[in-house]
Parts: sequence; structure tokens; C-alpha cells
Amino acid sequence: MLMRRRTQIPDWTSYLAHRAAAAQDPRLSRFFTAGAPAPETPIGEAPLVALDMETTGLDARRNSIVSIGLVPFTLGRIAVTERRYWIVRPRRTLNAESVTFHHITHADIANAPELGDILEDLLDALAGRLAVVHYRHIERPFLDVAVKARLGEGVVYPMIDTMSLEARIHRQSLVARFKRWIGRPPASIRLFDSRARYGLPPYQGHHALTDALATAELLQAQIAHHYSPETPVGTIWS
Amino acid sequence: MDVELLEIRQHLGRFPPFETLSDELLDEVASNVQVAYFKADTDILTLDQELHELCYIRSGAVEVYRRGGELYNRRGEGEIFGQFSLLRNNRVRYPVRAMEDSLIYFIPETVFQHLCQADDDFADFVELQRPRLESVVEEQKKNNDMMITRVRKLVTRYPLMVEASTTVQEAARQITDFQASAVLVLDDPGEEDNPRYTFRDSEERAWQLRGILTDSDFRTRVVAEGLSPETPVGEVVAGNVIAVQSDESVQEAMLVMLRYNIHHLPVMYRRRPVGIVHLSDIIRYETQSSLYLVSNIFHQPNAEGLARLAPDVSAAFVRMVEEGADSRMVGSALSTIGRSFTRRLLELGEERLGPPPVPYCFMAMGSMARNEQSIATDQDNALVLSDDFDPEQHDAYFLELAQFVSDGLDACGYPYCKGDIMATNPSWRQPLSVWKRYFTEWIEQPNPERLLHSSIFFDLDAVYGENVLVEQLQDLVAYQAARHPRFLAAMARNALNRTPPLGFFRTFVMEKDGKHNNSINLKRRGTAPMVDLIRVHALACGSSAQNSFDRLDDIDRTQLLAPGVSDRLRYALEFLSMSRIRHQVIDIQHDQTPDNNIEPENVSSSERHHLKDAFQALSHAQKFLKFRYPMPSRAK
Repeated sequence: MLMRRRTQIPDWTSYLAHRAAAAQDPRLSRFFTAGAPAPETPIGEAPLVALDMETTGLDARRNSIVSIGLVPFTLGRIAVTERRYWIVRPRRTLNAESVTFHHITHADIANAPELGDILEDLLDALAGRLAVVHYRHIERPFLDVAVKARLGEGVVYPMIDTMSLEARIHRQSLVARFKRWIGRPPASIRLFDSRARYGLPPYQGHHALTDALATAELLQAQIAHHYSPETPVGTIWS
Repeated sequence: MDVELLEIRQHLGRFPPFETLSDELLDEVASNVQVAYFKADTDILTLDQELHELCYIRSGAVEVYRRGGELYNRRGEGEIFGQFSLLRNNRVRYPVRAMEDSLIYFIPETVFQHLCQADDDFADFVELQRPRLESVVEEQKKNNDMMITRVRKLVTRYPLMVEASTTVQEAARQITDFQASAVLVLDDPGEEDNPRYTFRDSEERAWQLRGILTDSDFRTRVVAEGLSPETPVGEVVAGNVIAVQSDESVQEAMLVMLRYNIHHLPVMYRRRPVGIVHLSDIIRYETQSSLYLVSNIFHQPNAEGLARLAPDVSAAFVRMVEEGADSRMVGSALSTIGRSFTRRLLELGEERLGPPPVPYCFMAMGSMARNEQSIATDQDNALVLSDDFDPEQHDAYFLELAQFVSDGLDACGYPYCKGDIMATNPSWRQPLSVWKRYFTEWIEQPNPERLLHSSIFFDLDAVYGENVLVEQLQDLVAYQAARHPRFLAAMARNALNRTPPLGFFRTFVMEKDGKHNNSINLKRRGTAPMVDLIRVHALACGSSAQNSFDRLDDIDRTQLLAPGVSDRLRYALEFLSMSRIRHQVIDIQHDQTPDNNIEPENVSSSERHHLKDAFQALSHAQKFLKFRYPMPSRAK
């Protein structure tokens, strides 16, 4: 069974309310006003959106976003029809290494919009939905830095991180700690390996849209196996 | 392009019915799916739930249940479910549960309806089983040899051609040297010539095809007319050339020959002659060499010679199938070959032993009698003797004859019958009156052993000798069986002993009890039970036909089966037979002994679907059998 860890859950509700009141930019104001579901909302009823970005590197201060994919979903259905996908022109040039990784080339980017041009669309697509990402330490800071650079104010808001849910189960549970104690290597919590544990098919990774879809499917599987549709979102977001 | 969800599209595109969709339609499906994950042992569709989506298994596996909770089917990756609800009233009739952790794609009803309208194959696939199987069988028929094979396939060599000024004597000499039977006559093209038959040779010289001079023309146009050997051939050939283009069908070429009553037909590629087809080429082609094999059989001087022809049988079989014969053509050709071996052995036996002391008829049972013989088949035979037969005096002769035939057949590739249903067995070497007594007993007082005999002996046909002896038995069966409901009921029960497998699942076959097999005997589980059940209906309606398809025709003339049922059986039997035949061809081509087993992993996904349908049709028909022939109560 899962071990319930008493982590301090950030008080997202009041933070978001505060930001909604303080936001100068109308786009941000709209985004924060739409807010996120209340923490006691059952996950089965929450509007969710799977989000993935491809970036030129791992450091939000030095690297840029090159593509963003998102797929709205609920616990019941992933609405592939409502998917959104943008390629954006990064401020810094691409390096060869990242090109081989995400397959977005200079030619793709030459005619792509600047992130600032799509920001309104992006924020509207995210507004009111709880974002689901695999490894929030990419999506959250990149989005925050990019928005801050363009609108003068950042965007930090609650997310469900399928990687940290996977870590709770496979890294922090009693069984996992016991395994580590007897010298077993920890389970991989990368997207690909996590999916395989739930019988999810392997996808060609590193396309923001495919990864967003893969993340949405992974969350459905995690909830089906370890939680329930009644689980309050506040207990699994971070 | 990047926006396309390639993962979804590529997966769908690998499985029927999506694999044959146009790119546009496939895009439409891929961009409209919704996705959901189901943990093992959770419900995906519940009974009577409203449904507006087609379900597609992206990964995992599901179980489909009947209304009563009985397992109906299992489906795995790339298979669909829910289509029946969409086609009927949007209510789930067959609940579905995840058997493993499964990822399901949901395709909206609007897209589903559009696919059904825009793509006939898709519609056939998702609609009722019958049209799906029917369309496949029709398709296979359409691909049949004569209609699509180009006549150029029959051209084996370049035509012999001479100039019009050549003398008839020189032309005759060239025909002889060339071992040909006709020569084409060429001339310079004239002003008014039909440009259809003008061409240039490799030296750029222009030619006009004037006509053809055949062996028989030398008789009728040269010798009979008293022409001099010095006459130029140009004066002998008639003006109008009848020829076919090389890409016309064999059938078309045959019609041209019939229409003009000619035996030689020049074949043209554009305007240049490329060969001459003779009527015998077409006949040889049409009969797919089995006729030649048969005539060869009758020319063998002894049993050893016959045994040497065994490889030709499988060669003829493979060729027939490759050229698109259907199961009836294959079955009747192989039965004819089998009968020919038997007849020739009897002729040779009589030569050796002298004329038979009393009249007899050699009778074949089972598949040979039904004209449904396959390549892997045992011998089933018996002797019906005249009632003048006296065992003391005559039986030694017939035993020796039977032994000679049986050994000979074994050497020719027809192994001895494991159940000892052979004329060498004294029980099956009896005068007509005894046979009549046997048959009457079997019908009037059936018991398990007699029923077994009935199902073997009631497919019976004369092979050689006094046919009238066997015909009397056929008449007896046709007349008596229909009048004995208890016998029919017992035969019907017997026909239910071998059940079709539930379906295919991944690389094994599902059994009714939930177990699985990794190979399936298509004869035991498919064609044989089908033949059994058709026989019961045929006996019930007094048919004396032996072939299953002929029996279905007879059954059609009665009101015994609901409209459409016999067609469904016909298509299912044809599909099962052809699957078995095709897998036997594959065995032969891989130098393996052909058998009746197929391994599900060697079955393509579309064949798998059609086999499922055929087994389903058989299963329905078996259920009806039990209901149609109830056991009458003994107290009467």
C-alpha cells in the first residue's frame, strides 16, 4: 500500500486568488481568475490538461521552449480532437544536440511564431484546467521564465506531476525503501518505463503532443491502479 | 504534419478494417479518437448502456460477454468492439470487460457512419458476419483464372513466320523442322491494308500479317485442291486474319476460337505477332492439367507406374489452387483423380485375376463419394456384390481384388483407412441384399456404432463395375432416412459431437471452456462438422445428392431452412475448405506433408476474422440442428 506522506501541500487556492487580484496583464488576470479546481475536487470530476514542452536544454534561464503540446482530458476520456500544438521560435539558436533530440529543425523554426505571439492562446487553453505533466521541474520553470520575460509577471500554478506520483509509489513507499535497503536498483520513473508498468504501449517520445498524450494516459492508469476517481486533487497535486 | 497524431494513425493503419482505408479516411479517424485507460477486471461497456462510439483496442485485451454472462469472445490489440450497438439501437448488447490493463480508442459515431458510407470494405467488415464472409468468397471467385489470366501466359514460343512468296512445300518443310502445326504468312504492307496487323521487324522492315496456314490447311487447301507444291503460300491463305491481343483473357481467346471455329489463334502484342495459341493449350489450361494426369493414369501398365504419378497429384493440386480454383473445382478434380487411380487398379486387377465370377460394384465412401476429396486423404471403400454371390466359391477372388486395389491406392498416396472401412474387410464385401439389410438396420434401429457407420456410408458413390448395385443403395437411403425421425434426431446429435472453436485470440484458438489450443484442425473442427450437418438436412429432405453444395441446392428447394441460411452455410463451407486447401498448398511448397492443421500465428488478420465468422455460422447452424430434429418420445 501507499504510504501517505505528510508533505506540506501548498495553499494554491489563496495563492491563485491573490495573483488574480494582483495581475496587471489582462491575459494573466483572465488565467488566474479561471483558477484551478478546489483541492477537495475529486480527480474524477476535475477538468485536466496534459502539457508537454520540448526545449533547447534543461535550464530555464539559459534555454528556450521550441514546442508545446497539450491535450485536454478527464479521467474518463482524453479528447485528442481538442489537442493543441505550437512550434515557437526560441530566442537563442538551436544547437545540434537538441535538434537530434526533439527533431525540430532550424527550418521548422524559421517561420514559427515567437512564444509571445501564442501566449494568449496557450494561457486560455490552460485556464481553468489542472495541468498534468511528467516532471514538473521543466514545464513549470520554463513557462514561468518565458511569461515573466514577456509580461513582466511569472506563472506558477498547481500541477499534477505523474513522475512524482510514480516516485511516491516506486521510490518512497515502504516496499520501495525496503528494496533499496537490500540493494535493488530503484524503478525507473521515466515516462517510457512508467507507462510500461501499466501495460501502456510504447510511443515514439520527444514530440510534445505525443508526450502530452502519453502523460494523460499514464495519469489515467495511475489513478486506476493506486487511487480512485474520488481522490481529492489536492492530495496529488504539487 | 507535426500536428497529426502519428502514433494513433500508424497503429490503426495496421489492422483491419482500417488497414485498407484511404489516407484521408484514416486521418479522419486518427484525429477524432478519444482515449481511455481501463485497469484489468474493470467494465468497459455495461449491458444496455448507451453507446455512441466504436471501440478499438490499442493495447491490452478484453472479454465480450453475452447477455446471460456467458463468455462470447476475447479480443486483443487492433480489434474492435461495440460496432453492433452502433449498427442497431446504440444500446450495448454484449458487455465488455478489460481482461488485461487496456488502452481503448473511442471513435465517434459520426466518423463511424461516415466510414460505413464512404468505404464498402469497412461497411462489410463491421456489419453482420454473413455479408463479410460472402464478399470474401465472391472476391475469390472473381479472381478466378480464365477471366483474368492473360492469353500471353499460354504462349510458349515465338511463332513460325514465312513470306507470302514462300512455296507451300518450303512452308511445310519449315513447319516440320520447327515441330510446329501452323505458320504465319507475312507480306509487304499495301495501300489499303488494315494497319492493325502491320509492324516493323528488328531491321525496321515493314510487314503485314496476311494469314495463317495450319496443318489441316495443307490437306484442305493444298492437296485436296490439287495445288502444286510450288504455289506461294500467299495465294493459299485467306485474307481475313483473326487474332487476339496478348493482354486479352484466356476466356476471350476461347470465345474467339468458338465463334470462328478455328483451332489456331495468332496472339499479337500491339501489331506484332508474338505467338500462336492452339485450342489444346486452352483445354490444358482450363483443366489445369488434371485431365492430363487422368489420361496418364489410364495409360499406366501396372501398379508401380501408377505409384510414380503420386507427385503429379500434388503438383496439379498446387497449380489448380494458385490459378484460382474454388473448393468445388479442387474437390471434384481430386476426387476424379482418386477415382481414376481406383478404376485403373481394378482394371489391372481384373487383368491379373481374370473376369469377376459375379457382377460387382466398387463403391467409394466419404469425401471421394462427395466429390470433395482433398490432398491428404485416407481410402474409404467397399464392394457391393451381386446377390448371386456365394462366399465359398467367389470370395477368394474378391478378397484378392480388394487387396490389390487397397495396396495400390496406398502406394499412390492414399493410406489405408484407420477404421478399416475397406473392401478388404469381409464385413464391407457383401452382396446387395446384405447391404440393404445393413442400411435398413442402421436407419431403423440407430445406436452409436450404427450412427458412425451411417455417417461414413451414407456418402456413397459407384466407382467401377455395375453402378446399378450402388444406385439401389443410394435410393434406399434417400427414401428411408427422411421417414425415420428418430434416426434423423440421432444423426443430428451425432453431428454435434465436433464443435467449432470459439474464435481466435492472439496466437491461439479459444475453446468453449475457456481453454486454448495452439493449432486447429480445420477438417475436424470446421469442414467435417459442416458436412455432417448438411448431410442430416439432406437426408431429411430425401435428397440423393452426395456433394455438400449439391445437397444445399436440394435443401433450398424445401422450406427446411430459413431464407438465407443455406447461403450462409455455403459461404462458410467454401471459406473453411479454401483455408484448409491454401494451408495444404503452403505445406507442399515448404516440402512438408500437407495436413489439416493450421496454426493461428500463420493466419493473416483478415483470414482470422473470416474464419471467426465461418465458425460462428457453423455454431449457429449446429444449434438449429438440435432444435430442428428433436428426439421423438419412444412411447408412440
